[in-house]
Amino acid sequence: MSAKKFTKFLSEYAVVIIFVVATVACIGPSRLSVTYIVQEIITRLGRNSFLVISLLLPIFAGMGLNFGMTLGAMAGQIGLIFAVDWGVAGWQGLVFALLVGLPISVLLGWVCGSVMNRAKGREMVTGYILAFFINGIYQFFVLYMLGSVIPMRNPSILLSRGYGIRNTLNLESVRQSLDNIVMARIGPFAVPVVTFAVIALLCIFVVWFKRTKLGQDMRAVGQDMGVADAAGIPVERTRIIAIIISTMFACAGQIIFLQNMGNLATYNAHDQTGFFAVAAILVGGASVTHASIANVFIGVVLLHAMFIVSPLAGQNLFGSAMIGEYFRQFIGYGVIALSLVLYAWKSRKAASDARSLIRTGGSPAANGKGGKE
Amino acid sequence: MRNLKTFIQDFGWPRIIIFLFLIALFVFAPAVGVRLDASVSDVLNRFGQYAILVLAMVPMIQSGCGLNFGLALGIIAGLLGSTISLQLELRGFAGFFGAIALAAPFSLLLGWLYGKLLNKVKGEEMTIAMYVGFSFVMLMCIMWLVLPFNNPTMVWGFAGKGLRTTITVEGYWLHILNDFLAIKIGRFFIFPTGLLLFVGFCAFCMWVFLRSRTGTAMTAVGSNPDFARASGVSVDNMRTVSVIISTFLGAVGIIVYQQSFGFIQLYTAPSPMVFPAVAAILIGGANINKASMVNVLVGTFLFQGLLTMTPSVINSVLQTDMSEVIRMIVSNGMILYALTRKMKVAK
Repeated sequence: MSAKKFTKFLSEYAVVIIFVVATVACIGPSRLSVTYIVQEIITRLGRNSFLVISLLLPIFAGMGLNFGMTLGAMAGQIGLIFAVDWGVAGWQGLVFALLVGLPISVLLGWVCGSVMNRAKGREMVTGYILAFFINGIYQFFVLYMLGSVIPMRNPSILLSRGYGIRNTLNLESVRQSLDNIVMARIGPFAVPVVTFAVIALLCIFVVWFKRTKLGQDMRAVGQDMGVADAAGIPVERTRIIAIIISTMFACAGQIIFLQNMGNLATYNAHDQTGFFAVAAILVGGASVTHASIANVFIGVVLLHAMFIVSPLAGQNLFGSAMIGEYFRQFIGYGVIALSLVLYAWKSRKAASDARSLIRTGGSPAANGKGGKE
Repeated sequence: MRNLKTFIQDFGWPRIIIFLFLIALFVFAPAVGVRLDASVSDVLNRFGQYAILVLAMVPMIQSGCGLNFGLALGIIAGLLGSTISLQLELRGFAGFFGAIALAAPFSLLLGWLYGKLLNKVKGEEMTIAMYVGFSFVMLMCIMWLVLPFNNPTMVWGFAGKGLRTTITVEGYWLHILNDFLAIKIGRFFIFPTGLLLFVGFCAFCMWVFLRSRTGTAMTAVGSNPDFARASGVSVDNMRTVSVIISTFLGAVGIIVYQQSFGFIQLYTAPSPMVFPAVAAILIGGANINKASMVNVLVGTFLFQGLLTMTPSVINSVLQTDMSEVIRMIVSNGMILYALTRKMKVAK
């Protein structure tokens, strides 16, 4: 029995275990001090957690990992571009960016939710491609519309040809304006209190939201769309709302992320957003159908600990920083692939166990791992 | 009238728009000073470059595995084949076919493993294939750095190890198919006979294969797995076979691409090759569980035509390069359209 439990534990937490082992193994060869690693992790927790939390709601609603969150990130970037253009500095600039970004992300979220409703059962791949598609429109908007059709006030952020935004936008005016409102010193570590307070508020919101009528509806839809529909829950509408909220969070999350980074790679800052967020939540032990706030924080800590140590470990072990860089990307993609495979494999196994249960007339022999995990 | 309506419905508005847009581009090309003969020659050339990669989509679509977002695995098998062929200093036709032969065992092995994996995750193939492809590309990035290649044209000059990002095949098998029986008319028009013959040959083999015993069984597995199982066809085996063929065609496709393009592109290059191939077959009229040779040929022609003509024509008109944005919107829009289309029950 204990052996069985052990295998179950392994298959449930395979991704987490692999990650912990790989990261711990890399710490030594990276020759980084623990203080440095901890400080980096604190910084990155503030930078990334908000984005990762935005994945939670679609998972509750049974729509899998929302690769379409990149849409929100793009909306946030457009907000920041306007904040810089209008010269709104400090945390007010971030609020301004949010005010510009949120309506766009509501619109994009609605588009994303409607498209996903037309591709039920394929939400993940659809969201992924949709992010690429909207990326094309984003590029068109930022590269050709801004400065030509939509007037810009600040010529220094435009390309030399007179329209289109520069490849790298300096966010000097809003750099770390949220982090620096209150920067507490705890021992050797600097902690951006307000950023963490905002993240805590979001967590409280998610916990509260799960208990509301809408949150309960969402979970019902996630369990079984047919049953939810029969119970009178507007399935498609609920799914669209889940995606809209997720997109709005992603918009705010990207603004927090970029104010910490301090500059915006206009045309590819959002490329990896979905990838990092999804990898983080999976590393934290979430699956396609189950996720919690704990998964988010465990995931961000583990993934970024890995990202901090692996390039230097690669440098010191193999004499090539590139190997470490490739290795961390390999781990990132590999983790996503592995957890998707484990999940699909488990749900198929559950289905076939359930089938054999019917075939054998419900004998308890086949009743070992039949239930949903 | 009714016929026209059903035709449009079957063919789909996006395809018609793309088709009309392409025709408009060809019509307007001379007016803005773009040479028509050079453009046609370019389109034919690029058609040949990509057609086999697009053809690689067919077996997996037919067997119900969906769009092969894991084509990168096949491409990597091809890269292994061509790099080893260069390492062995094989030149001319021996080099080209040697590369294909060397790629075959890799694609067999990778395809077999990949097929086994996809059988375990039925219903989630596309997302998983994408990430399996990405992570394998990254793993191979490390391999390209550490594998013991030492042909001086292939490795970084100063370090003496680690493959270059792009390796030229000039002096080995550059344009080996393109120049075979090529017909040159005027200064700008070259008809790449060998390339197109090779594409035609591959497409014909696939056409024959789909009508063979195995091919029919494969299609049956794709259209109705339960029925296929009831008729004694092993669903999992058929799917694995289709994945292996897809992977092998991906390998052949990239080698054909290299001989025409002139360079072997390593490291992260395989990932962005996949989406255009997926988009092309969808533009040709395939959907995610049905594809034919016509879809492949028409789709590749339309998509590559669009990619070749838009930069030259639009640039001359607007004095700016919007081709990248158009490519992104068209190819991803097409995939999105196919994914969201309601499955029509066969009539």
